[in-house]
Amino acid sequence: MIMKKRVVITGMGIYSCLGKKLDTVRDSLYNGTSGIIFDRKRKDMGFRSGLTANIEIPDLKNVLSRNQRVYIPEQGLYAYVATAEALEQARLTQDYIDTHEVGLLYGNDSSAEAVMNSIDIMRDKKNTMLIGSGGIFKSMNSTVTMNLACIFKMKGINLTISGACASGSHAIGLGSLLIQWGLQDCIVCGGAQEVNPYSVGSFDGISAFSVREDAPAKASRPFDRDRDGLVPGGGAATVVIESYESALKRGAPILAEICGYGFSSNGDHISVPNVDGPSRSLQMAIREAGVNLRDVGYVNAHATSTPVGDRNEAKAIANVFGDYHPEVTSTKSMTGHEMWMAGASEVIYSMLMMKNDFIAPNINFENPDEDSAKLNIPSHRVDKHFDMFLSNSFGFGGTNSTLIVKNITNK
Amino acid sequence: MNKQEIIEKINTALAEEFEIEISAITPEAPIKETLDLDSLSLVDMVALVETVSGVEIKGTDVVSIKTFENLYNFIEERMA
Repeated sequence: MIMKKRVVITGMGIYSCLGKKLDTVRDSLYNGTSGIIFDRKRKDMGFRSGLTANIEIPDLKNVLSRNQRVYIPEQGLYAYVATAEALEQARLTQDYIDTHEVGLLYGNDSSAEAVMNSIDIMRDKKNTMLIGSGGIFKSMNSTVTMNLACIFKMKGINLTISGACASGSHAIGLGSLLIQWGLQDCIVCGGAQEVNPYSVGSFDGISAFSVREDAPAKASRPFDRDRDGLVPGGGAATVVIESYESALKRGAPILAEICGYGFSSNGDHISVPNVDGPSRSLQMAIREAGVNLRDVGYVNAHATSTPVGDRNEAKAIANVFGDYHPEVTSTKSMTGHEMWMAGASEVIYSMLMMKNDFIAPNINFENPDEDSAKLNIPSHRVDKHFDMFLSNSFGFGGTNSTLIVKNITNK
Repeated sequence: MNKQEIIEKINTALAEEFEIEISAITPEAPIKETLDLDSLSLVDMVALVETVSGVEIKGTDVVSIKTFENLYNFIEERMA
């Protein structure tokens, strides 16, 4: 019988509307700071909602060469910055990467602006050469992994996970399985999300976004009775995971253990989530982790601030946890919905809380509805120590992912 | 545009795109090494020249254009 290996987190990096690195993001979470703004340009483009996350595109001109940058789309730039921070925290040096099979599994499910730019040139110039050499590499769905693998010279698995808004979570979960079964010792996982208007125009077109434009910081209000839709966000988040033995051998900081990954498909509607699918994902993660439900000190909900999605997730959490009521919050109340990135970023947000003894507020949770009233949702920060969290991520097409992460303190 | 104007326009565009000092571009300098071109960025050089000058460089012509002087002469001939 093969013994499954323990999988630990040894490094994290984040570039989001809450901050460009771990420390500032931790402070934003602690203070319940919203990263949402109103963007006039979107209204001029015909958007129903001008709300979006406030994020600055990093200038990597003095960091990467022209011949490296020309292939990287917006979300790839975020992913580079987040990954550089994660590798540093994990003490994964270039020398180590050069001499070991370090893998790369990243969630990404669009590269809309790059595709659009290429097609605009084709239509206008009728000459494909004028698209330039970057067009193809920026446009492919696997753009993040192809770029990062070449820049950091990674030699292990090299794969993009496209699982809609659960992409980042599935990337970490699938990476964990590869390590558990001994197929890889160390994998750089994460999720990236472009923020440009073109990438979410069609999403705006199905009236999924909040139109509370007069108060951007109050627009994303998961679980609140008066929520009216999500706010699109983005950036990138990177989590270095590896076998416990590998981390010990490298002398890497061992931050936490990924002890459960659950997944399921709703087998139902393309956009409307149900209760059964997420419930099964939660139950599988708990079963795989082999933990007592009461050991879970915090639940980071997927809840995006849409009427039906939040309601059904609240039902699923209430069903699974029964008479035990851990704090449940959605960090999307501050970040908006970071989509392909969200599953990875929310593991990092939860890690920052677990490592710093607090639970970030579910801001804008003012009045519960019938279902969220059954959960323990703090609208203000809770200063509390906990040693295990569960993070949900659900996506279009009914894809569900749940991760359970346990604290490890190096004493 | 006369030849000098073409040279200035091309040099400025190439220096900006390939992030080099414009002084590195001299008539006898080899294009590939000066601009650090590989098979992919060569496409960008050709596209840039066409965008700036309106002159198309076909694959068969690229082979014979080794130096910047070769490039300027090629453009001047096609524009004439």
